[in-house]
Amino acid sequence: MPGADKETELSERIEAFLSELKRCGSGAGSLRGSAETARETTSLLRRITAQARWSNAGDLMEIIRKEGRRMTAGQPSETTVGNMVRRVLKIIREEYARSRGSTEEADQQESLHKLLTSGGSSEDNFRQHFTHLKANVIEAINELLTELEGTTDNISMQALEHIHSNEVIMTIGRSRTVEAFLKDAARKRKFHVIVAECAPFCQGHEMATSLSKEDIETTVIPDAAIFAVMSRVNKVIIGTQTVLANGGLRAVNGTHTLALAAKHHSTPLIVCAPMFKLSPQFPNEEDTFHKFVSPHEVLPFTEGEILSKVNAHCPVFDYVPPELITLFISNIGGNAPSYIYRLMSELYHPEDHEL
Amino acid sequence: NITDSDPDGRLTVTDKDVKLQEIALAKNEGKELTKEEKQRLRKEKKQHKKNKKDDKGPPEKEKEKEKASVPAPSKPATQSPAHKAAPAPVHASESAAAAEKPAKSKAELRAERRARQDSERTSKQGKKEGGQQSASSKPKATPNELQPVVKRLPEHVQVDDPAALKKLAKKLERQQVPLRSDYGYKVSLFSHLHQYSRKSPPTLQISIPATVIHPSIVRLGLQYSQGIIAGSNARSVALLHTFKQVIQDYSTPPNEELSRDLVNKLSPYISFLSQCRPLSASMGNAIKYIKKEISNIPSQCKEEEAKGKLQACIDSYINEKIILASEAISKYAIEKISDGDVILVYGCSSLVNHILCKAFEKQRKFRVIVVDSRPRLEGREALRRLVKKGIRCTYVLISALSYILPEVSKVFLGAHALLANGYVMSRVGTSQIALVAKAYNVPVLVCCETYKFCERVQTDSFVSNELDDPDDLIVTRNGKSHLENWQTVKSLGLLNLVYDVTPPDFVDLVITDLGMIPCTSVPVVLRVKNVDQ
Repeated sequence: MPGADKETELSERIEAFLSELKRCGSGAGSLRGSAETARETTSLLRRITAQARWSNAGDLMEIIRKEGRRMTAGQPSETTVGNMVRRVLKIIREEYARSRGSTEEADQQESLHKLLTSGGSSEDNFRQHFTHLKANVIEAINELLTELEGTTDNISMQALEHIHSNEVIMTIGRSRTVEAFLKDAARKRKFHVIVAECAPFCQGHEMATSLSKEDIETTVIPDAAIFAVMSRVNKVIIGTQTVLANGGLRAVNGTHTLALAAKHHSTPLIVCAPMFKLSPQFPNEEDTFHKFVSPHEVLPFTEGEILSKVNAHCPVFDYVPPELITLFISNIGGNAPSYIYRLMSELYHPEDHEL
Repeated sequence: NITDSDPDGRLTVTDKDVKLQEIALAKNEGKELTKEEKQRLRKEKKQHKKNKKDDKGPPEKEKEKEKASVPAPSKPATQSPAHKAAPAPVHASESAAAAEKPAKSKAELRAERRARQDSERTSKQGKKEGGQQSASSKPKATPNELQPVVKRLPEHVQVDDPAALKKLAKKLERQQVPLRSDYGYKVSLFSHLHQYSRKSPPTLQISIPATVIHPSIVRLGLQYSQGIIAGSNARSVALLHTFKQVIQDYSTPPNEELSRDLVNKLSPYISFLSQCRPLSASMGNAIKYIKKEISNIPSQCKEEEAKGKLQACIDSYINEKIILASEAISKYAIEKISDGDVILVYGCSSLVNHILCKAFEKQRKFRVIVVDSRPRLEGREALRRLVKKGIRCTYVLISALSYILPEVSKVFLGAHALLANGYVMSRVGTSQIALVAKAYNVPVLVCCETYKFCERVQTDSFVSNELDDPDDLIVTRNGKSHLENWQTVKSLGLLNLVYDVTPPDFVDLVITDLGMIPCTSVPVVLRVKNVDQ
C-alpha cells in the first residue's frame, strides 16, 4: 500500500536522522554545522507534515511534538533541532489563526487579563478542520527554509559595518559564521586576526588555515596566551553553539575566559549568531548544562600510571553571562543582549518552551 | 714565506710577522688568544690606522677601534660609558709602551684626556654595573641617594635594530661564541624578540673540542636550548653548579690576577648561554652575585684558597636563597592551607609542589586541581609528583578553567620573577588564571623567593618576553595536522609565548622567605637588600 510505504520511508528517514545526530556528538565540533542540522530538521518536519495522517492542527502539533521530543533526546546539546521544532509549531499556530480569521496580535499579547481569564481555552481552538491548512503550513515551512539558506549571507553582509581597516580581531575555535563574516570583510579591508586554538580539539588551527588562504593576516596562539595578547586587540568576534533565553551564551570552552579578558580591557565582544540558534532555555540547570567528552583528550592513555589515580575532566561548553557581551549580530540585524527576550517571544510561543 | 711585505709596501721585521701569522693561525683554530697576542694585534691595527690617516680622523674613531679590540671586562652587553672607563687604564699602559714612539699625536692626547674625564664621570655616577670595574677601586655612590640609573637596554629585546644586531655579532665574534639565527615568520608585534628553533641548537657551529668555552658550559647551554632543564630555580641551580666546575678547572695565567681574569673568562660563557636561551631574572641575579664575590677576592689570596672560598660562596648562595628559602616559604604557606581546601595550581612550579608535599606531610586534608596548557604541558610533571606523594588530584586544561573554578577555594601560583612595579612575571597563562579567579572571588597567592626580585618594570607582555619554537603548536589529530605547512602560507603566523605579566590587583598575597607581603612591596624589599649588600 502506498500509504504504508510512505510511512515506513518516513520513519526510516527519522531513524537515520536520529542516528546521525547521536554520532555527531563526539565533541570535536559537529561534523556538519548547525545550519545544516537546522535545514535537515526543517525538511524532515516538512516531510512529516506532508506525509503523516492528521485531520486538524491539534493532531499535527501532537505528532510534531512527539517527533521533536525523540529528536532532541538523541542529542540534547544540539539545540537547533528543538528550536526548529518550536518554530514549526509556531508556524502551525499562526496559520491556524489566520485560517480562522482572528488576528494574531490578540492571541500573542500576554496581558495580565489574558493570564487570569483565558486559561486553557486556547487548547480546543485547534480542533477545527481547514482544507487549506496543510498547503499553507507547507508553504510557510518552505519560507522558513529559504530564510535558513540565507542566514550566513545575511550576517556576512553586515561585516563592513563593524570592521574597519588595520584592526586586530580576536576569535576562538572554529565558527563557520565568523569565518564567512571575516572573509567578507577581508574583500574590502585589511586587518589582522588572532585565533585562539581552543584545546584540546584545536579547531582554531582549521580556522586559521582557512582564513590565511584568503590572504588575511592570521596568527595562532595557544589558549594560555589569551590574556597576554588581549591588550592589543580591538574587537573580539566569536560564534556560539546556542544563545540562551537570558542573552547568555553556551559556547565552546574557553569563551568565558576570553569574555572576561575582553571585559577587563574594555574590548567589545561581538557574537555572530543566526536566529535559529536562539533557544528558550535558561542556564539554571547545573547538571544538564554541561556536556563532557572522553578525558583521554586531556590526559591520554599513555600516562597510564597516574591515570587511575586522577580525575580528568573535558567539558565541551562554557557559559558566558550576558553582562560580558556587547552585541549580537544575527540575520535580522544587530541587537543588544537585553533585547533577546523580545526576539524570543516573536519566534516561539510560550507554551512550546517545554516540548 | 716569512719575509712578506705588508700592504703598505714596507718590509716589516720578520719576527713580528711570524708572531702575526701565529696569531692568525691561533684564531682560526679557535684557541684563545693570550693577552700579549691581543695587545700585538691592537698595536698593528693602530699602526695601520696611523699610516692611513694622519690626524684627520676624529679621536672618537680611534677610541672605537680601541674599544673593539679590548675585551669586555665585565658585562656581556656593551655600552660606551662602561668601555670608556676600561680603556682608560689600558690606554695608559699602551701610551706608556708607546712612549718609545717618537711623537705622540695630538689626537691620542685628546683621546687620553677624554677617556680620563669619562672614567671620572662614571665613577662619580657610581653605576651599579660599573661597580665591578676592577681596574681601579672607584668610590661607589651610597645607595641611599636616588641616583640616576643609566640602564642599558638588554640585547635580546633589540632584534629589530640592525645596529644592535651588528654590535652583538661583532662582540660574539670577538668572544668566539657562535651566533644563533632566527627561525620562521615572526608575528609583527614581536619583531623585536628572538625566535629560535629547537632543531638548530647553537652547539652545531662550535668545533669540537671547544677550547674557548668550557665543556660543561656547552652541555648546560644545550640542556637549556632543548628544554631539558626548565624552570627558573632549576636553571639557576644548574648554572651555579656549572660555575663551580668552571672555577675548579680554572688556573690563573701568569701575570694575571684571579679577581680580574676570572670575570673576563666568564663573559664569553655567559654570552654563549644567553644565545642558547635568554637568561632569566634569577640567573641574572646569581651571576651578579658571583661576579661581585670574585672581584672582592683580595689580591694576595693564594689560588687554591680563593677557589675554595668561591665554591663555598656558591654553595651558601644556593643553600640560603633557594633551599632554605623554600623551607621558610613552606612554613608560611602551610598556615594558609586549611582542612577541606581545594587548591588550584598551574603548570609545574618546584616551589608550589614543595609546599603542597610539605602540607600533605603535616596531615592537612586537601585536594589539588592541576591546570595545564598546551604546548608545554608542564602540568603533567606536577601531576606525577603530587600523585606519587599520594595527594588527590584533578587535571584539566586551561580552557576548562571557568568550569572548574566554582569548586576551588585557593589558587597557588609560582613566579619566574617579581618586577619592581609589583607585576608578577610568570609562565604564560598565569595572568588568565588570576583574572578568572578574581572574577569568581577566589584568593590568589603567589609564592616567590627574594632572589627572583628584579629592578625591571614592565606593564604588558610584549616589550620583553621570550618566543619559543613556533613548531611546538603543530598537533596531529585523527591523522591530520592542519598547521603542518604553516611556513608555506604567507599570511599565517604561529605565536608561542613563554612568559606573561600579571597585574598586582589580581594577586592577593605574595609569600616570600621574608614573610607575607603584598605585591606592591617589592621595591621596598629590593631597597633593603641593596643596603644590606
